[in-house]
Amino acid sequence: MDTKFSPEEISFRDEVQAFLKEAYTDELASKFNDKANYKSAQIEWQKCLAAKGWSAPGWPKEHGGTGWTPTQSFIYETERSRVGAPDVVPFGLKMVAPVIYGFGSEEQKQRFLPDILNSDAWWCQGYSEPGAGSDLASLQTKAELDGDDYIVNGAKIWTTYAQYADWIFCLVRTDNSGKKQAGISFILIDMKTPGITVNPIDSIDGDYTLNEVLFDNVRVPVANRIGEQDKGWHYAKALLTHERTAIAGVPDSKRFLAELKDIAKQEISGGKPLIEDPMIQSRFAYIEIELMALEYTELRVLALTAEGKGPGPASSLLKIKGTEIQQLVQQLRMDLAGYYSGAIHGELNAEQLGHEFGDQARRAYMYGRASTIYGGSNEVQKNITAKLVLGL
Amino acid sequence: MNFNLSEEQNMLKDSISRFVQNQYDFETRRKIVDSEEGFSRDNWKTFAELGWLSIPFTEDQGGFGGNVLDTMTVMEEMGKGLVAEPFIATVLLFGGLLSKSTNHTAHAETIESIIGGEVQGAFAYLERQSRFEITDVKTTATKNSDGYTLNGEKTVVFNGPSADKIIVSARTSGDQSDQQGISLFIVDANAQGIEKTNYRLMDGQCVANIVLNDVQVSAEQLVGELDNAYSLINTVINDVMIAICSEAFGIMQVLNATTIEYAKTRKQFGVAIGSFQALQHRMVDTFMACEQTQSLLLRAAGSLAAGDDDAEKDTLALKVMVGRAGKLIGGEAIQIHGGMGITDELNVGHYVKRLMMINTTFGDADYQQQKFSAISNA
Repeated sequence: MDTKFSPEEISFRDEVQAFLKEAYTDELASKFNDKANYKSAQIEWQKCLAAKGWSAPGWPKEHGGTGWTPTQSFIYETERSRVGAPDVVPFGLKMVAPVIYGFGSEEQKQRFLPDILNSDAWWCQGYSEPGAGSDLASLQTKAELDGDDYIVNGAKIWTTYAQYADWIFCLVRTDNSGKKQAGISFILIDMKTPGITVNPIDSIDGDYTLNEVLFDNVRVPVANRIGEQDKGWHYAKALLTHERTAIAGVPDSKRFLAELKDIAKQEISGGKPLIEDPMIQSRFAYIEIELMALEYTELRVLALTAEGKGPGPASSLLKIKGTEIQQLVQQLRMDLAGYYSGAIHGELNAEQLGHEFGDQARRAYMYGRASTIYGGSNEVQKNITAKLVLGL
Repeated sequence: MNFNLSEEQNMLKDSISRFVQNQYDFETRRKIVDSEEGFSRDNWKTFAELGWLSIPFTEDQGGFGGNVLDTMTVMEEMGKGLVAEPFIATVLLFGGLLSKSTNHTAHAETIESIIGGEVQGAFAYLERQSRFEITDVKTTATKNSDGYTLNGEKTVVFNGPSADKIIVSARTSGDQSDQQGISLFIVDANAQGIEKTNYRLMDGQCVANIVLNDVQVSAEQLVGELDNAYSLINTVINDVMIAICSEAFGIMQVLNATTIEYAKTRKQFGVAIGSFQALQHRMVDTFMACEQTQSLLLRAAGSLAAGDDDAEKDTLALKVMVGRAGKLIGGEAIQIHGGMGITDELNVGHYVKRLMMINTTFGDADYQQQKFSAISNA
């Protein structure tokens, strides 16, 4: 048993720290402060990673991956979070790319992967539909063959950043006759194709990231289908196992919790810092202990994966526990802000309001409610764990 | 990183697991626990023959030279079998204090007889007023021309009724709650002036309250340094915390497996109760609690074995998790077993009661969480 990082891993960590210090400049970080700059700042950061060859740690080396071990990827994510640098937008680099290099044709790999790697194409995900949420396989967006094209009709919903996207990867129904999982295909659609409408959905955090995407007789070349027709469910499921680990969000939760401790030392109640309140201490301790455990649960999963033994049963709790902890952290941030958790800053700055972080706390809390819903709600995750891990 | 046991540890694990399967079925265990001493002297001999009693002692002391990862391996399997023999009290606590003391060579003979299985030991460190504070020591050791005289009362001494020798914490200087000024003395259980009141805890283990009335000890009976026993006690208890938490992890695995098995076979409303979503989600919660416990167990044991600065914090986190997860897993195991869960006949309640005693031992989850906060917010 060796439960600590090796000397090689420690020196890798030093290398990552040195790179991040140089690459994630204060100037770049400040660009993220204005929502209007989000897309360009994100692309600038991802291109910076691509130039270093670090934009796709999870990819095989021959397609432009880093060749890192799972533990190295974990170290990178931890250090990235420590300096507050954003994660890459997952839809291209982490979601569609593994499907393309895993199941796509040689031509599709050459056509799509370089643009994803260099962040020259922005992708979004077309899975959920108004009638297909947790029960994703009930999706009804139809793709009917017409010569060398599919004609796509239907609606996708909860599509994050569709307003920025150049491409959307979709699960569509190509056959209705058999089991509902059986007639689904995986296709890539150019967002500029005629017949696509993107309607914004405002969310409870007061922001706009979500969309409804409508397809009205949209022509998609059959050449844009990944793998075989009607096998799309299989490809999408294979992708899900790729994405099990980073989903816990341990590094970010650790950083936020450390931030909150500083806040609790500064916020005063009854003349004393909140950190001295036993109830607040108890909440910090509860979260920190769960997080310390989850960090090692993830490391156990990574160690098993590195040995080629598969992620093991513990991997099934990463999403559930990870998102529960994220929400506890968000709730604590709200509560530390007191009345100011409700204050909408708008055009006013912190000086005028007399408070710094309430607005951001509320938005994080509200947006964070999504984490236990997306990617298969936590209740669905528990159903799956009960069946596949516990054999119930 | 790897979290795999070594070849030696796997052999050790197999050997204890075989013992539990072949010689420690639940009915046999019940008879052992119901006997006067609450454990089997024959089993103790077997432990000695198999070398288990030598594990934590150094090779110089005639031991196996094992570390906290080895005792962790042992205790997980003992937990699965709900083994009642006083391995923790005699080998890990009593033996640990002797083995890690600065003057362990003076106690070489006693260590040898622990390894040989000839001596039962106990550590008497709690008092009526002390609750979980090991520094709250009223018992006094007063210097005189022949050594020291011990006066006071020790409570809830694990293995106290069967112990041949007892290590007693006593105050040689300082105020009642000072870290400084605590010393340890090893005394014969039948020394003049010792009076025991024996009783049982709910997990079946036999304990004693021990009154010390002018018990005379020589300076050679000192274990470790005069006035400076606190850090020795703290070190040993941190090691033993990993051991009992590993025992708890073994128990949790059995409770979860038993409960899932029951839910698959027990039928109500014409179907297995495990098909009900309300119960499925609860069993996923207990599964996650058990996995999270294992993660902290490996984290803390690894830190302690490596001598990391974080070892104490990691150990406190583990003990908190074991308390909380233990209550959840124990409670759900009884609930999902329904009426059967309430019966003494079923093994579930016995596992639950041991888990509850483990929560209390060395300080419960609430107490350890306060210590954790103090370190974490410093």
